[in-house]
This record gives sequence, C-alpha cells and structure tokens, in this order.
Amino acid sequence: MFPKGTKRKFSDSGEEAVCGGGGGGDQGPSAAPAPSPSPAAARTLSSSYSLQRQSLLDMSLIKLQLCHMLVEPNLCRSVLIANTVRQIQEEMTQDGTWQIMTQALAAAQCPADRLVATEVLCRQTEAAAQEGYHSEEVVMDGDAEAEVAMSSLSPVSPQLSSASYLAGADSRTGEQVFGTFEIKHPAPPSDPALEELFSDVDPSYYDLDTVLTGMQSTPKMGPYDLLESLSSHGPTALSSSTTCRSDLNELDHIMEIIVGS
Amino acid sequence: MAADIISTVEFNYSGDLLATGDKGGRVVIFQHEQESKNRPHLRGEYNVYSTFQSHEPEFDYLKSLEIEEKINKIRWLPQQNAAHFLLSTNDKTIKLWKISERDKRAEGYNLKDEDGRLRDPFRITSLRVPVLMPMDLMVEASPRRIFANAHTYHINSISVNSDHETYLSADDLRINLWHLEITDRSFNIVDIKPANMEELTEVITAAECHPHQCNVFVYSSSKGTIRLCDMRAAALCDRHSKFFEEPEDPSSRSFFSEIISSISDVKFSHSGRYMMTRDYLSVKVWDLNMENRPVETYQVHEYLRSKLCSLYENDCIFDKFECCWNGSDSAIMTGSYNNFFRMFDRNTRRDITLEASRESSKPRATLKPRKVSTGGKRKKDEISVDSLDFNKKILHTAWHPKDNVIAVAATNNLYIFQDKIN
Repeated sequence: MFPKGTKRKFSDSGEEAVCGGGGGGDQGPSAAPAPSPSPAAARTLSSSYSLQRQSLLDMSLIKLQLCHMLVEPNLCRSVLIANTVRQIQEEMTQDGTWQIMTQALAAAQCPADRLVATEVLCRQTEAAAQEGYHSEEVVMDGDAEAEVAMSSLSPVSPQLSSASYLAGADSRTGEQVFGTFEIKHPAPPSDPALEELFSDVDPSYYDLDTVLTGMQSTPKMGPYDLLESLSSHGPTALSSSTTCRSDLNELDHIMEIIVGS
Repeated sequence: MAADIISTVEFNYSGDLLATGDKGGRVVIFQHEQESKNRPHLRGEYNVYSTFQSHEPEFDYLKSLEIEEKINKIRWLPQQNAAHFLLSTNDKTIKLWKISERDKRAEGYNLKDEDGRLRDPFRITSLRVPVLMPMDLMVEASPRRIFANAHTYHINSISVNSDHETYLSADDLRINLWHLEITDRSFNIVDIKPANMEELTEVITAAECHPHQCNVFVYSSSKGTIRLCDMRAAALCDRHSKFFEEPEDPSSRSFFSEIISSISDVKFSHSGRYMMTRDYLSVKVWDLNMENRPVETYQVHEYLRSKLCSLYENDCIFDKFECCWNGSDSAIMTGSYNNFFRMFDRNTRRDITLEASRESSKPRATLKPRKVSTGGKRKKDEISVDSLDFNKKILHTAWHPKDNVIAVAATNNLYIFQDKIN
C-alpha cells in the first residue's frame, strides 16, 4: 500500500510528539510542544517534531496520489487524508514554516527534480513513475542524514520533495481525489475567482487518460497557493504539460488523417 | 480465498436465521436447528440453510471502473408470511431477495411427463388433477426487486423503516428513501454534496432508521457528529432536528484527531431511547435527549493511541468497525484486532476481551478472556501491543435479538458463540 521510498525513522515513542501524546504520559527525549495554535514567534519548534510533521505531510500526499490509482477510491478515506493535509498546512502557515517552504521553492533551481516529481503526478509511464519514487527516496534519505548533521532546520531539501507533490497536488488533488467520483453530470462552470476543480467544462474530462494525467488545463492556483510562485519562477513545470498537450494534439491530428474525418 | 472474506453479518428479527454476505457477492444464510430432545441443556446449532449469489461484479463504462460485488450490508425484513425477505446491497445496487421453502411438489401433470418432457396433446385422452407429494426440503432464493441507479457514491448503509414499507439507503454524500414496492424512483432526503467538490470536507459514514418512530432517522459523519432528522419536518432533511457531538479534549489533540473521531457505525438501542456510535478507539452510548455529550464511553483498544502514526501509515486507521446491542440493551459488543472482540456490560461496567480463532477455542469449550499488556511487565498469557496481528480484524459482529448468542466474523470465518445454560 505504501511505497517503500519514505523510511520511517522514528520509534513510536518519538511519534508521541506528532500524535499528541498518549494521554499525558511521558513524551520521551524528543519532546515537542503539543500542536496548539500560538504565535509563530513565541513557539520553538523542535527539529524532530518538524521532521515528523513533514514526514506525515509527505505520507499523506503520497496516499492521495495513490488514491486515484486504485480501481475506485474510497471517498471517506480521501476526504480524511485531505483534511489531515490541510491541518498540517494550517499549522505550518501559522508557525511560518510554510512561508519558508514557498520561498525556498521559488528560489530553488532544481527544474529536474520538479519535472520528475510532476511526471509522477502525471503518471505517464510506469518507468517515469518508478523514477519519480526513486528520486523521492534519494531526496528523503539524503535529507535525513543532513538533518542529523545540521543543528538548524534546513527548509530547502526536505520541503522541496513534498512541495513538488504539492505543486501538482494542489491544483489536482481536489479533482483527482474527488473528481473521479463524479459520473454523468458535467462540472458547472465556476467563477474565475474560485480555485481549481471543474473550472472548465471540458469534454476531455471524461477521457480517463486526461483525468489521470491532469492535462486538461494549465495548472491553476490551489489552496496552498504554492503553484503561483512555482509557475512564475519555474516555466519548466508549465512547459512539461504544454509539451504533453501538444503531443496529444498531434496525435489527434494524426488520427484525423488516418480516419479521414 | 479473498472472495470469501465476510463483509456483513445480520440476525433476522426472530434470531432463527443468520445471514452473512461476502466479498464475492454471495449470501449464506444459517438456520438455528431445534434443540435436540436428547440433550436439552444445549442450544441448537446453526447450519447452512441457503446460499446464493446476490451481486455480480459490474463494469461502469463511463468511468472505466469496476463496481465491486462485495456485499456491504444485509438487512432483514420482518417476517409476514412463510417466506423470508432480506435486502442486500453492494456499492451501487440494492436487491430484495425472497427466500422460500419448498417441501412438496406436484406430480401427475397433464401436459408433461414425470421427467419433464412435453406430452403430445393429441395423445392425452383423460384429465387428472396433479397431486402434491412431499419432497426433500429445498430452499430457493429469488430476487424480487432491484433498486438501482440511485447512488453516485458508495452505499454504506441500508435500514428498514418501522413502517415495514420503506427503507433508506445512504452513500457518502446522500441518503435516499425507497418504497419496497417501487424500484424506479426514490426520494432524496439528505444531500451534503457541496456545489464545488473541492470544498468537500465531510462525508456520511452510516445511517439508521429509528426502531419505532418511522419518521426519525440518524446519520453519522466522518467528523464524529451525528444528526437526527425528522422526515415530517421537510422533504429534504438537510436541517437536522438534533445534532450530537462531543467536545474535543484539547489535551489529546493531534493530526489524527479527526480521523479517529470519524464514526464507522451507528446503531439505535432496541428500546429506541439510546444510540451507540463506534469511532476508531471507542464506543459511545448517547441518550437521544442529550446532544452535547455521550452518556457512556467505552475504550475498545486505548493502547493503540500511541501507535496512530503507524496505523495511519498502514491504513488500519481507516478500518470501519461495527458495533451491536444485545436484546435487552444491557450489553454492547464490538471488534478489534488480532481477532479480538470486546463486550461491555452497561450495568456492571465490566468488560471482557475474547478471541475468535480456531486455535484458542474448540467447539463447546468456554472462551478464555484475553488481555493486552499496555507496557511495563507483560504477564503470562497477556499479549503485547507489538505482537498484535493487524491483519486479523473483526469488523462485523451480530447479537441474537433475544438470546445470548453472538456471531463474529473473522476474515473468512464465521464464529457463533452462545451462553451455556447451567
């Protein structure tokens, strides 16, 4: 069920930090403050708690991605996982970590990583997907070791991997997770101020391939507001989908010639 | 065989029949045999009465997805004549099945021979009246109604109304009311689908009709809330009459709080005064007159609270456990992992953990109580949390409506336990 890429490095006693404690029992050596809303400035995040939270975020995003790969995903499970992701994002926004992540992404110069990650989301080929997971594995492993060596939390590398999931996930999470549950009724056109999902009435939506690969529209802003900075600084992400789109158009053209319509 | 995994268990109103549904779309009905006169101190056993294929896998061509034939729920109808009726449902389609006995057959037809071959009508010179002769008992199941195409999402519950004429079916976002005689339309009574699916944060997890008030039903959600609705108030019951939610304990808040608060089952007591809800770690009994908190809370496996991250990783945190009342509402039962199931006595507040497995129980032997050690020294006969087998989960249990007989489904095995009469 869960790809072997991301290793769980913390014992269950260490999990207590993320899990909110076992009802007042000892927190263990890696004690962290209970996740309660408080001003970011006043809060000291332990590195271990932050890593665990990051790991949980990554795990959740992977689960959401895997969701639409199943025969018919479970809507309840998808909603619960998506809510968990939102909660993590809210907390990270409150303590400023989210801001750091988006800035790091904007400044980052790793188009290859993003490309590979978005290919995972696009699910073009099995090989590409495998490669995506492996690259994720490499990033995660490398980061964990780096974390141990560094005293301060480095936002760049570990955040990048989940951010690249988010890049595709934010515009597509809703539609990939919830969109495949729709049958028969076309999505109503929505107000441009509203974000993502069914914003275009596009007949290609009903084509399973386009739903899965999310090629139907250019990536739109999502609840994480991540892609905006990504697309403004990383034209490669956009161009990858444009390339795919032009490939599809070409294929259509060829088919038309063959069919003679 | 994966297709043999039992997915639902249900006694009928008299407790005489016990139905199970499985992942392969089959229904198996067991019947309580009469006590033998030789050994009156032992109750009769349950033996197979009827087996039939209720649902077949289907293919949704629009979505290119297969519709599973797994039986999600079975509900019996109250018996009105010699035949038995039950509703069985998979993700999309509900069927009404008639199970009837045949122990006689007609012999001496005019138009056909005993072996069924048609006779030449010109050769018939005299007429006779066919005679009914006894034959070996045959139990036949035939589908009488098929209620289809009313659910976009996966059906999680069906519940027969106390009027015995209507029933409700619930999926993740909608609840429909059907008349048992009418298959081509149903009334939508609850719809929580947001206009924009991106805004979806809550789904319906279970629904049940009140046992006595035919206008009242409840439905539970993935956020741990229960809404009680009155169908007399409005055609579309989007506004609830009562809203049950326990305030969250801030000291135990975590990223998993919402997931473990998601209600997997809701059951009214036989009296209709209470209802019981099952979430991941506990069972709660609610008084219908008190909305702000449950009157009783029972911990099923609190030792799992520190393992939630692992259980999230391996998806066990999404397991949907059911719960049930005994006939007098004095006890409740629910399942756990490692083939353990738990029973709670509401009066004495005592609880017991038992195991449903071939190894630990021989027929006619008394079940031995089990215990999970929660840290520190593990006593002999106790099992540690890390040794629990999370693949052996008891999700479905049922309690006889009158007697102390319980049915426990452990993956693809059905266990029936009963109290010894001393």
